[in-house]
Amino acid sequence: MGTVHIEVRRGAYHDSVTLMWATRALATMPMVDEAQVAMATPLNLELLAERGFDVPDGLGPTDLVVAFRLGEAPEIERGGAVKVAMGSIDDVLAARTAEPATASDVPVAHTTGGVLAATSGDETVPLAFVSVPGEYAFAEAMDAVKAGVNVMVFSDNVPVEQEVLLKDEAARRGVLVMGPDCGTAIIEAAGLGFAHTPDAGPVSIVAASGTGAQHLVSLLQLPGMGARHCLGVGSRDLSAEVRGRSTKQALDALIDEGESELIVVLTKPPDPDVLDELRAYVAGRRPPVMWAPIGSGQRDLTDVAERVLRSRRWSVPKWPQWHPLEPLTRRPGLAVRGLFCGGTLATEAAAVATAAGLPADRLDVVDFGDDAYTRGRAHPMIDPSLRNERLARVAADPAVGVAHVDVVLGYGAHPDPAADLVPLVEAARANVVVTLVGMNGDPQGLDETGRALAMAGAHVFLSNAQAARHAAALVRERGGP
Amino acid sequence: MSHGPPYADEDDDRPPRPLHGLIDAAPRVVTAGPEMFAAALEQQGVQVDRVRWRPPLTGTDPAALARVVADARGDDANAAAVARALAAGAELVDVLPAREALGLTGGEFCHAGPPIGWERASGPMRGALIGAVLFEGLAGDAETAERMLAGGSGYDLRPCHSLGAVGPMAGVVTASMWGFVLRDPVHGGTAYCTLNEGLGKVLRYGAYGPEVIERLRWMSRVLGPLLQLAVRRRRDRVGPVDIRAIVAQMLHMGDEGHNRNRAGTMMLVRELVPELLDAAGAGELPAGLGLGDVADVVRFANGNDHFFLNLVMPAAKLALDAGRDVPGSSLVVAMARNGTDFGIQVSGTGDAWFTGPARVPDGLYLGGYGPDDANPDIGDSAITETAGLGGFAMAAAPAIVRFVGGSADDALRATRSMYEITLAEHPTYRVPVLGFRGTPTGIDVVAVVRTGVLPSIDTGIAGRDAGTGQVGAGLVHPPEQCFTAALSALAEAAPPFP
Repeated sequence: MGTVHIEVRRGAYHDSVTLMWATRALATMPMVDEAQVAMATPLNLELLAERGFDVPDGLGPTDLVVAFRLGEAPEIERGGAVKVAMGSIDDVLAARTAEPATASDVPVAHTTGGVLAATSGDETVPLAFVSVPGEYAFAEAMDAVKAGVNVMVFSDNVPVEQEVLLKDEAARRGVLVMGPDCGTAIIEAAGLGFAHTPDAGPVSIVAASGTGAQHLVSLLQLPGMGARHCLGVGSRDLSAEVRGRSTKQALDALIDEGESELIVVLTKPPDPDVLDELRAYVAGRRPPVMWAPIGSGQRDLTDVAERVLRSRRWSVPKWPQWHPLEPLTRRPGLAVRGLFCGGTLATEAAAVATAAGLPADRLDVVDFGDDAYTRGRAHPMIDPSLRNERLARVAADPAVGVAHVDVVLGYGAHPDPAADLVPLVEAARANVVVTLVGMNGDPQGLDETGRALAMAGAHVFLSNAQAARHAAALVRERGGP
Repeated sequence: MSHGPPYADEDDDRPPRPLHGLIDAAPRVVTAGPEMFAAALEQQGVQVDRVRWRPPLTGTDPAALARVVADARGDDANAAAVARALAAGAELVDVLPAREALGLTGGEFCHAGPPIGWERASGPMRGALIGAVLFEGLAGDAETAERMLAGGSGYDLRPCHSLGAVGPMAGVVTASMWGFVLRDPVHGGTAYCTLNEGLGKVLRYGAYGPEVIERLRWMSRVLGPLLQLAVRRRRDRVGPVDIRAIVAQMLHMGDEGHNRNRAGTMMLVRELVPELLDAAGAGELPAGLGLGDVADVVRFANGNDHFFLNLVMPAAKLALDAGRDVPGSSLVVAMARNGTDFGIQVSGTGDAWFTGPARVPDGLYLGGYGPDDANPDIGDSAITETAGLGGFAMAAAPAIVRFVGGSADDALRATRSMYEITLAEHPTYRVPVLGFRGTPTGIDVVAVVRTGVLPSIDTGIAGRDAGTGQVGAGLVHPPEQCFTAALSALAEAAPPFP
């Protein structure tokens, strides 16, 4: 064990993405063995304690903790290393807090309402994008709604009663609330949040599932169909509490626009009554609506994509796969462990593997994008370090036969997710199956990512359902059920 | 923050576009949150306007913030409260002893800031109270006075604000002190403030030596009665002096109405001197007073650049009192300090004070004094900032910023940054260098909590030890917990989520 350095800065807030880059800057320094730069939320304090960093008591979510461990080094070099390390942190943190160059500049606005007031009178179509910590998202979103501006609330951890109030107020003012917990949207080819820029197709999507929508759009784009609009409505919109408030508005808008030949409504497991209400709401209106709830007993998204393609008389392509040249020679265990960044992908993988005959006691799926894992942290699609740490442990477990993970490309996601995964795949004792969500044109490169992971030894699929079936098959081939 | 519907469809001839045209064209996006999402949009060629978001003030209860933001009464209540404050007038109608104006008796004293007792009172507050006891003849010497005050009986203490009054620094008011009576002709309110003693060893900074008591006696015997005569003559002949009009003009002459009142003082003297001369010529001076006393009064007022502060303060008080007690409003209606605590009152929460420890101002010190000699922030004079003057009008007073250790750019920045936490721009108080923009007026608790921008107060610094007097001047901010506590109280008064 080397020397531990811990520094606390009270009241120094930085967003979770900046902190991830600061952690990264530290961790890549040659002298530093392990590092964490984080706000002192309960989750982060727990993680710091697990890593053996002894943080003082009495810290709260607005306090910054810089913690790192130096490798074995002569005393004389350590002081210099700490100084260099702290300097690199300051560079990263300072990069985003520069004030205007001259005092005569108009001061920056600290609220959504302030910026909207300053840009009022502009002709351009407005949308606000809110991704602040969930407990504070309501005020920002309400600013937009009160100003008559549509808002996408990327933040999760927003209390449901705030969501309902926000959506009622928005309906009164004729604007749409996309979210909360809305991971993706595509509006006139502009991708918001975790997003892609597909070709403009004949089909629009209303999605109460971020990664589900990304997956469906990726599949539709492969043969070149793309998508027209993808309006997110938030993961709880079809719940008994929220009752499809935004879904109704989104459907009305797409129907009024009259440019879509088909609308697909994609949702996490919905409340059955709400689904019936929505079906009745659009009954007899054009264009037709295809309902695609996710979960056990439902169609998987690959099936949905194929039906959409066929309905528009497109042929269904062979969904791409990337496989290792050398099959795994070790003899791993018989359990499948799913470690996902996307909740819908996790739900679907579990349903497909179960349908393929994998017994429940050999299947365990974790969604690292769940609210419990994202309090005070960036979403795992941006910062997959928690998921990847778990992968390292799971893949070394002799009981595990397959580790099934997802890699989501696109704007907003990690700039090079393969780079972190390749060494983990190479070191894995178990098979690694990857669902790769993305399309040509994503900044990370679809084929490059698929090939890099396959070269390392992973089985990579564009279709999550195919990946899940492959995972089940890998453990069945060797004396499975 | 202004809350118009900036993007509402205004052209009624066109059919309404679904979702205000959201899906008609690639959007322009306002982003609040991590930079990467804004950058990703720009990569795609989307125009992005960034919110410089940061978490609310430390100590903010997120659920309370949401509940206050959700309160459907909020916007209308704030609009109504601030409209009343902006509409309020301020006429100088009389000069009276506090015994008559406030109904104080010999043992009743008012003080600045939120309620406080002897035990927790700071040096200058204690000194001023000792002086008050001596001035009212309740004790023959300082030791006896101090024993009486420490004993806790034989006198009564209450905040000036609770009686519709305001007092600079210690703000101690006794029955025999004289003061200005201002009236708001629009809403009918009345406000009171004592006469300014000048600089140096004075009661409001906690001095209580013989010369201090002697000056107070002269103010009661000569200054008060002569000002009363002038003010009443002016009122009865041509109408009362319009203090609001003088404040508007002083902002055009380099004053900000808190730390610099030079032009305001000259304009007031200009109004009152002819009345005094007329009265003397007509033989109407009070018995025992002559032309020499008139000259002393004019010299005293002219020689004290802060003479007019004691008129700006009650004018501000009138405006904010008009904005009080609007249910659901988060308008700050008072900011005041007693030398130990900083307190605020809010329109939607009645007379409750939300307090935190007063801070030591950051500024420049006179002579050999330094920060160790400074008392924490004291006085009701922050009522000027509450009304859009003082630190909020700093851009109008570039000459003052060197006195408090800043540059002319700092003055512009100070005023500009206050627009983000205020509900309105003052229609009468305007700043020439900002293109005659109205001063930022009407502090919104919710905006302070959300932006983390604290009101900027331009203030004098009192010496820590009783009787030292002024040791400097500088800038100070209220403690954060005043605003987070007020927010929680507003949340409790707000309707629950359905």
